[in-house]
Amino acid sequence: MCFDCVRWEQDEKWFGSLKQNLSLVVYNQFCKEVIARFKYRGDYQLSYPLAEMLREKLDRLNYDFLVPIPLSPERKYERGFNQSEALINALGRQPLSILTRIHSEKQSKKSRNERISLPQVFQLTDSAAIQDKCLVIIDDIYTTGSTLRHAAKLLKESGAKEVTSLTIARG
Amino acid sequence: MRFIIKNSHLHPVFEKIQHSLPVTQIDSIPQPSPNPNFSFNEQLQQLLTGKQLLHDDLEHSIEEIHSHYENGYIQYRKPISYQNNKPFCVRCGNNQFFAHFPCSRCHEEDCAYCRHCIMMGRVSACTPLLTWSGPEFPLFKARNALKWEGQLSKGQEAASNAVKLTIIEQKELLVWAVCGAGKTEVLFNGINEALLFGQRVCIATPRTDVVLELAPRLKKVFPDTTVAALYGGSEDRHRPAQLIIATTHQLFRFYQAFDTLVVDEVDAFPYSKDETLQYAVQQARKSPSSMIYLTATPNKKWQAQCRSGKRNYMTIPARFHRFSLPVPEFTWCGNWEKLVEKQRLPNIVTRWLKERIDAGRQALLFLPKIAKMEKVLPIVQRLHTNIQAVHAEDPDRKEKVQNMREKKTLVLLTTTILERGVTFPNIDVAVLGAEDRIFTESALVQIAGRVGRSADAPTGNITFFHYGKTKAMVRAKKQIMNMNAEARKKGLIND
Ligand SMILES: [Zn+2]
Ligand SMILES: [Zn+2]
Repeated sequence: MCFDCVRWEQDEKWFGSLKQNLSLVVYNQFCKEVIARFKYRGDYQLSYPLAEMLREKLDRLNYDFLVPIPLSPERKYERGFNQSEALINALGRQPLSILTRIHSEKQSKKSRNERISLPQVFQLTDSAAIQDKCLVIIDDIYTTGSTLRHAAKLLKESGAKEVTSLTIARG
Repeated sequence: MRFIIKNSHLHPVFEKIQHSLPVTQIDSIPQPSPNPNFSFNEQLQQLLTGKQLLHDDLEHSIEEIHSHYENGYIQYRKPISYQNNKPFCVRCGNNQFFAHFPCSRCHEEDCAYCRHCIMMGRVSACTPLLTWSGPEFPLFKARNALKWEGQLSKGQEAASNAVKLTIIEQKELLVWAVCGAGKTEVLFNGINEALLFGQRVCIATPRTDVVLELAPRLKKVFPDTTVAALYGGSEDRHRPAQLIIATTHQLFRFYQAFDTLVVDEVDAFPYSKDETLQYAVQQARKSPSSMIYLTATPNKKWQAQCRSGKRNYMTIPARFHRFSLPVPEFTWCGNWEKLVEKQRLPNIVTRWLKERIDAGRQALLFLPKIAKMEKVLPIVQRLHTNIQAVHAEDPDRKEKVQNMREKKTLVLLTTTILERGVTFPNIDVAVLGAEDRIFTESALVQIAGRVGRSADAPTGNITFFHYGKTKAMVRAKKQIMNMNAEARKKGLIND
């Protein structure tokens, strides 16, 4: 377990919410540029090579559904697509889009502590589908893990058997 | 965003309702005529005059922009057009690199977008290009905008007059000026004339460092004119200006903007190879407008057009300091690459370097590839300690060039990155492996043009070490000798 995960797991509130996070690469300059072009410039085509990076790891995981991290409607309009959904689509799978956002605040403007102590930012639209299921949350970057853990916690509390997250890069 | 047509106007809608379409699929976009009573947003006028921007480029709301369309002050244009069912990006002219995606703006499963110009914001089938169609923002008309005390050489003066006439008559002209002729000054009188008419003028150049060098010079000689410097990441991006100095890439954001457009270094990469940049130049011109091309070495096609009278051109065959151009010496050096593998250099090259080093004279040594240069560097460094190497991706590039300038470096090894732009006052230059394909006629003329640049040290040696003479080498030498002959005939040189 890395230092970041230890810190999370020591906090009782978060204990056991996320089974593990798998990140494929550390966030180097090249990776940064590719992901920025994909996500911020909106070059959807890059979802295919990026998804290929995820495929091998994903094939070794046991899961029932792939869950995308949602964007606020404003953010989704601005970008034109949700990068996490795009990656799942590029893997040839159907995203289980059961999470929606309650608040849509700019994460990047907050400190780590603020992000961690944020109240629940996600809402679940349908909990029947995930009862006793193994879920994998897919996203582009694992930064502090706060987003992923919020999502995992909610899914777990709503009846999911196991929640893992898989990201391309670790920031 | 999608549109429906109501009362022969477009109306934006944000859901996929009946009869609504992404802008690209609308047969012909209705354009309301300007409403003289509309009070328009002056900031939008400044930002959009002569431009083609996306909603994403502006901070204004979709509603505000749309009200300008409804009142005839903004034009919506299709961002992508189809020719024989093949997409074509109207902003950058790309017709090869497209992809599509399930779009949450237009809710189409396969919204097409251009991958070529995506770093300037995504042009997709549902993002209209926005252009100002109301009254242009007023420009300052100077009585005499030019404040310059300098003197033109005889060669410059002839070219300067030709530029001025071209601008008055709104024609096209190629100024073929040898390295060191002083081509920038040749533009001053013509630009002054254009500003006098209240025209919008742009100087486009392939490289950012040239923009950074030219902008302050032009601000100084046109102190009462608004001048903006545009390049990737520049702060002047939204500054309305009458005189714009820009990298050619920035022209993608302009549309029918300039009465006079100067394209610098037309022979240089990437302009010469990239058809989308040539498209951008044509898009940015008004009709009619004048066009001035500047180069030290036009390509073969243009040279042929000049000779056959198909292209209007003017030469400046002599340097500003009235000394002839140094003519390259060809020296066969055998299979130098094989020797380099054995950590050796051809004797004749070593001798050339040693002569400079012993005399304490600075030199540039050009090599065809980075990998080769890295192998040659330690061999040359055995001759002297103050020897460095530089290439395009070198993070210390600026510092190394500066060291050369300050004479801290005696010999600088370089790839073609230093072939143009950079000048050191008193140096000799050699090319090792001049037979390589990378050394085109134009590259070799530019490299030879590094020698003898200052009036205090107008001569120097230029040697092409080769393993087999190429046509490019022969043509480059011939071009230089022709220019010298022409200059001598016209009485433009003293030596
Ligand atoms: Zn779209
Ligand atoms: Zn384009």
